[in-house]
This record gives sequence, C-alpha cells and structure tokens, in this order.
Amino acid sequence: MNITYLLIGLLVLIGLYLLWLYNSLVRVKTRVQEAWSHIDVQLKRRIDLIPNLLETVKGYAKHEKGVFENVTKARAAMLGAKTVKESEEADNMLAGALKTLFAVAENYPDLKASGNFKELQDELTDTENKIAYARQFYNGNVRDFNIMIKSFPNVLIASALGFAAAEFFEAEKGEREKPEVKF
Amino acid sequence: MNLYTQIAQNRRRSFFLFFFTFLVIILLGYVFGAYQGDSFVGAGLAFVFSLAYAGTAYFFSDRIVLAISGAKPIEKKDNPYLFRIVENLCIGAGLPLPKIYVVEEAALNAFATGRDPQHSVVAVTRGLLENLEDEELEGVIAHELSHIRNFDIRVMTLAAVLAGSLVMIADIFLRSMRYSRGSRGRGRVSGVLFLIGLALAILAPIFAQLLKLAISRQREFLADSSGALLTRYPEGLARALEKMGADKTSLQHVSEATAHLYIKSPLSAGFRTSLFSTHPPIEERIKRLRAA
Repeated sequence: MNITYLLIGLLVLIGLYLLWLYNSLVRVKTRVQEAWSHIDVQLKRRIDLIPNLLETVKGYAKHEKGVFENVTKARAAMLGAKTVKESEEADNMLAGALKTLFAVAENYPDLKASGNFKELQDELTDTENKIAYARQFYNGNVRDFNIMIKSFPNVLIASALGFAAAEFFEAEKGEREKPEVKF
Repeated sequence: MNLYTQIAQNRRRSFFLFFFTFLVIILLGYVFGAYQGDSFVGAGLAFVFSLAYAGTAYFFSDRIVLAISGAKPIEKKDNPYLFRIVENLCIGAGLPLPKIYVVEEAALNAFATGRDPQHSVVAVTRGLLENLEDEELEGVIAHELSHIRNFDIRVMTLAAVLAGSLVMIADIFLRSMRYSRGSRGRGRVSGVLFLIGLALAILAPIFAQLLKLAISRQREFLADSSGALLTRYPEGLARALEKMGADKTSLQHVSEATAHLYIKSPLSAGFRTSLFSTHPPIEERIKRLRAA
C-alpha cells in the first residue's frame, strides 16, 4: 500500500521534471535559433554587397583576376553553406579574400579615390562589425544551451528528447578586431 | 547568474515592489478613511488614485521624460556614426533598435527610457557626442542598453511612482489630521489605529524613498557591469565616466523626478549623503570597472 503511493509519487515527480526540462530546453533552443538568424541577416547582407564591390574594383583593376576569383569562390561557398560549421568556414574564407582585395586596392589610387568604393567599403566594415556582435550574442546563447544540455541529470535525458548540443560560431584568430582598412 | 535569470529576477522584483507598496497604500487609505468616517472609501480612493498614477506612469513616462529633458529624435542620416554604434550593440545584446534622441546641451550625460525593449528610447547629449572617443561612447550606450535589457526602467519608474504616491497620500493624511481636530471622525477611531496610521504616514514615505534610491544605485552598478560585458571593454566606460565626472557643466532640463534615469547624476552632489543619492559615487563605479 505505502510502497504503491511512494512509487506513484516518484513517477509524478519524474513526470514533472521531464515536463519542466523539455519546456526549458525548447525555450533556450529557440533563443539559439533566433540568435543565429541575427548572424544570418548580416551574412546575407555581406553577400549582397560583394557583386557591387567586385564591379567597382574591376573597373579600375582589371588584371587582379586571382583576387576576384577568390572572393567569388568564397561568396559561392557562403551561399551554399547549410550548417553553422560551413557558414563559419565560408565566412573566414570570405573575410580573408576581402582582406586581400582591399590590400590590392591600395595599389590603385583612382580606385581608392572613388566615392562608390569608399561607400561599399564602409558598408562592408559595418557588416563585419555587426557579424562580430551577432556572433557574440549567438555564442552566449549556445553556451547557455549547451550547459543546460550537458549538466547532470539533464545530460541523461536531453538526447532522448531529441536535443543535441549547438555549435559555436567561431571567428578566426584576430578577426574579432575591427578590420583594418587604411588609406 | 546569466542574463535571462537577471531579467526574470528584475521582473519578479518589480512585481513584489508593486504589490507591497500597493498594500501599504491601501492600508494607509484604510486608516485615513477610518479617521474621516469610512475606512473602505478611504482604501478604495487610495487604491484608485495610485493605480491611475502607476498606469499613467507606465504608459506615458517615456514621453514625459523626453519632454522634460528636451530631447529630439534623430534619423540615421543625421548621425550615422551614433546609429551604427547603437545598432551593433543592440545586435550584441539581442535587442530591437530603440529610438535615438539627442539633447542639445553641452553637459555630458545620457539616459534611457521606455517601459520595455519594444518601446525604448536612448538619449545622449550633444556634449557627450562631441567629447567622447568611439569606445567611450560605446561604453555609455552599452550601459543604457543594459538598463533597457534588464527592465531597469520599468522597475525604477514603478519605484518612483509608488514612492511618490505614498508621499502624497501620507501628506494628505497628515495635513487633514492637523486641520480636522475635533471633527466628526475623531471619536470613532481607536487610539491604536490612529497611531498606526500616524507611524505609517511618517515612516512609509521615507522607507519608500530610501528603497527607491537603493534600488537605483544597485541598478547603476549592474548596468555598468553588464554594459562592460557587452562591449568586452570595461575601460571604455571607465574612461567615459572619468570624463563625465570631470565635466562640471550642468544639465538645464532636468528635474528631481528624472534624475535617476541618467547615467551620471545630473543633480549637483552638494550635501547629499550616499544614502540619499540616486547614483553610486563615480569613483566607486570606475574602480569596480577597472577591477574587473
């Protein structure tokens, strides 16, 4: 008799815990997804800026084919990226390719003086900064989510409920600083 | 403690603050009413009055504050530099973009208002824009955004309003006692009730004020530290505070009622002791930022 009540009580407690855990996980995971959408918006904005930038630069520096190809390739990789990991790699590739592009632009005084080029460069710098901040917010949310999933006793159940740890969006070393583009 | 716990805690805090102050107000109204003849009318009146006051403050305080400060809204094209800083930090904090206002004054100061992140406003003075470096301005904006994100403005508005209505009701109570000696109500109230009422009328407003000020000071420290966490550069805000501390220009459009909203107390320190001040001493804030 007493044992039965005890068991029922225990089951109810476990049920409540599962309910609470599931709802918390859903809430925190939604935050992670929302934070990712902030990064995504900025990545898309950068993708949209690049064709314009390439056109402008090509007008002044036709012979730098290798540089253009790298940027185009990185942009294509960015467009095709499906997972956080792929986006991260494409983003780092793109950042590197753009850095080279701006370094090459140094050799073309007419290009540097072009108002259009300056404007695009400003926009890109702004986007880079925004990506950095969006990444900070995203990674903070991922950290909270992963701590929740991996701490005991949640770790025993989270995966059974269909929750897997989220991936961090990492910057390449040194990319966190503002992109240095001087004229 | 993570950010969301912080926010949840603040929401709870504003609820309890609201609840208990209301209780005291109603109690005061009850005793007051008993003194005048009908305790329930008194309680009812006190309730309706403070509810109306709190409601007005909740929905209109931002407009009132902006009107008092003389702040004017700006567009992105007016100051893309300031806009970008706010945009970036908002992305970092996961906040919607607030409306941005500029106060055309030389004093170095800034404030935030609005009942929730969707209705928020950040205002900075012209002097601040002209005198701060990039990372210093970022520090200040991050401090203001932290107030918004933590729902500090709501807590502070409620605290100020409830403390204010307590003062008013207590004032009415004390005055009416002075002028109604020997009136019809006097005989009906027991001495104990009368003493409770008197004690409440005198003590409650003082406690409410002290509570409000203590909360305000604690919120400033918290906004400093969460702002520093947002920019990942505490030194920026520390230097900005240093400049603000050295700045002796005073704000023209400010009142006692809006003082607690600013990043640096806009009222002259004068003879105020730390217990009665809306802000912790600037040196202490800088020290804590640099110790981090």
